[in-house]
Amino acid sequence: MKFDHIIIRYGEISTKKRNRKGFVEKMKAHIRWSLKDIEGVVLTANRERMYVLLNGADHKPVIDRLKGIFGIQSLSPAIKIERDLEVMKTAALYYLNHTLEEVNTFKITTKRADKDFPYNTDEINRAIGGHLLRNTEDLKVDVKNPDLNLLVEVRREAVYLTGEIIQGAGGLPFGSSGKGMLMLSGGIDSPVAGFLSMKRGLDVEAIHFYSPPFTSERSRQKVIDLAGKLAEINGSMKVHIVPFTEIQLLIQKQIPENYSMTTTRRLMMRVADRIREKEEAMALITGESLGQVASQTMSSMFAINEVTNTPILRPLITMDKTEIIKIARELDTFEISNLPYEDCCTVFTPASPKTKPKREKVNYYESFVDFDSLIEKAVSETEVLTVKPGQTFDKEEAMEDLF
Amino acid sequence: MIYFDNSATTKPYPEVIESFMKVTSDYFGNPSSLHGLGVQSEKLLSAARKQIADLLKVKSSEIYFTSGGTEGNNLAIKGAAHSQGNRGKHIITTAIEHPSVEDACQSLTKMGYEITYLPVYEFGQIDVTDLKDALREDTFLVSIMHVNNEVGSIQPIVEVGKLLKQYPNVLFHVDNVQGTGKVTLSLRDANVDLCTISGHKVHGLKGTGILYVREGVRVDPLFHGGNQETKIRSGTENVAGIVALSKALRISMNNQLMYHDKLQQIKTYLYKGLKEMDGVLVNSPEEGAPHIVNFSVPGLKSEVLLHALESEGIYVSTTSACSSKKRTISKTVDAMFHNSARSESVIRISTTYGNEMEEAKQVLAAIQKIVANLEKIMRVAK
Repeated sequence: MKFDHIIIRYGEISTKKRNRKGFVEKMKAHIRWSLKDIEGVVLTANRERMYVLLNGADHKPVIDRLKGIFGIQSLSPAIKIERDLEVMKTAALYYLNHTLEEVNTFKITTKRADKDFPYNTDEINRAIGGHLLRNTEDLKVDVKNPDLNLLVEVRREAVYLTGEIIQGAGGLPFGSSGKGMLMLSGGIDSPVAGFLSMKRGLDVEAIHFYSPPFTSERSRQKVIDLAGKLAEINGSMKVHIVPFTEIQLLIQKQIPENYSMTTTRRLMMRVADRIREKEEAMALITGESLGQVASQTMSSMFAINEVTNTPILRPLITMDKTEIIKIARELDTFEISNLPYEDCCTVFTPASPKTKPKREKVNYYESFVDFDSLIEKAVSETEVLTVKPGQTFDKEEAMEDLF
Repeated sequence: MIYFDNSATTKPYPEVIESFMKVTSDYFGNPSSLHGLGVQSEKLLSAARKQIADLLKVKSSEIYFTSGGTEGNNLAIKGAAHSQGNRGKHIITTAIEHPSVEDACQSLTKMGYEITYLPVYEFGQIDVTDLKDALREDTFLVSIMHVNNEVGSIQPIVEVGKLLKQYPNVLFHVDNVQGTGKVTLSLRDANVDLCTISGHKVHGLKGTGILYVREGVRVDPLFHGGNQETKIRSGTENVAGIVALSKALRISMNNQLMYHDKLQQIKTYLYKGLKEMDGVLVNSPEEGAPHIVNFSVPGLKSEVLLHALESEGIYVSTTSACSSKKRTISKTVDAMFHNSARSESVIRISTTYGNEMEEAKQVLAAIQKIVANLEKIMRVAK
């Protein structure tokens, strides 16, 4: 006895009308990708649901992977068996013994679509329920709020058993909302912002500002490690690493200290927007949270946002730090983010940045400096990496043999 | 030479020594240094940590590097005790632990801690109901080895983990120095909080080891200093040894997948052969680990038999290697059978992947011959 298929229920997609097909296709592609190395599995879909036919593959690793796929509301393992009461009893016991969550109470719900089946629903319920009670310890029937509602569906061609409902990741299928550029620092917030954007169906590429020699190889590696974590969702993530030293030095020289932070952010926006244009993406994504630091006050964002009319998505804008940290821990990015290396935002931080910068003033200060050519230079010298999950440490060939 | 003392130490794999040499000469930077050489060493360190975490199916951040089994066990037990403050003063362990667990626990009694030693029965195993009965309000730590180093009995770790899951304030430490690479244990499934592994028992180098500390579990450091290993174990990391350990562990776990049956066949052969031999009592349980067979020849001191075998080019041990110099009585065998003639005459054979059936045959024949010869002398002596 083995589970032979997994039922996948769509979440929000099912509310879509004419666009549904596109969403379903994206999700199907994502599921196919994530199951590609599990032998035997076949994916089929209809308007309401998808089915993964296991063909002998173990259901647990398949479910583990499906749980992380956006767009899936819930899933249930199921068994297809012959129309024989004894087989149905055995299968029900197998189901009960192989649930992911512990089951202490249960009920049986039989649907008899084929009225020619020799037993009626009551008889089936009683036969299977009795069998389960006889063959387990400490199991009870609870018809109101059972841990497991075992569904027995008798059809003309076969009997189907299912019941355990496993929560999926929700959200929208990966890539169904187009592409956005995530401004990825080494901090705690930006990876979380990236994850939440991906959950809403965005295909995300990362942009990182790198200021050697003020920041080290380690801070660069940290960002690659973070991208590697996010890459677990769909297999890879493009990371654009922007050389930012020259621009930062010029800001230090030309902009009054209390406005240097505002200008730095504005220039980062401008560089990021140019890369977005090149990559044909439609949004910038940041890890900003209202009021968290000087650059994230309402006045600051008002002054910084002036340089672009590209939508800037700020998934964390209303979140508290503790809420953000909680997600970062779940994503496994918290430990990496917490490593204490300088990044381009910390090296040049002024002692007292303006929390209420004025647009007129920052424009006035910037008007004496020609940043445009430097922006172009930074964009053209940007290094592009494709980071794969788990391959964060790029073992050079000489090092590979060591392990 | 036939080396059948692999529970004392294993011979490092040649590939492991190669890695060690290469790292120690080419990547000698201090992993805490900020410059490029340091970064390289740190990369090696994190790659090793990741590989080990993947092999053990845990997180990189849960892997701490130590100098070996003794340090790992001390850090787990004393570190857990010290981080408890006054919240708990009671530890439960077993009567057959390695001295690094037993003595670490014993050292805490001076500070007012109480220790309960669970008995073991005929097959060298504890009874989980004994553990359940021993649990108290102030119990904060249960420390139980996975595979016994002297007789190879396997403790019901998963069952213990299940029980302890109902006691969220009790930490569960497992000394897995002997089991690693030989008997499978899923740290996650068994709800293990702390687990000790030693490098030189899996064909790595002496002076290397791992302590697994489950996320969220606090242990106080034994050494203070440069805050390496997120403060739990200060001291410049032994990068070369650690890289070598990650390789040794990978190869050993791979060997476990491929050659487990062969190891088991050799053990079964030795076990059955010894069982049928006159004057010989087998102490290991038949269902124990696949690499340890422990037996006694009552009336014949262990050391005499050991040296007689050595003169034939066969290397075995008496009790555990660590205590064999101090006393001649096997604590574990005594705890199992309460028979001093039996526990004074103990010999442990311990094999590993790469040992051959042919060697087992020679060893068995040698034992047969020696026991028969010595018995004649002993009878005269009587």
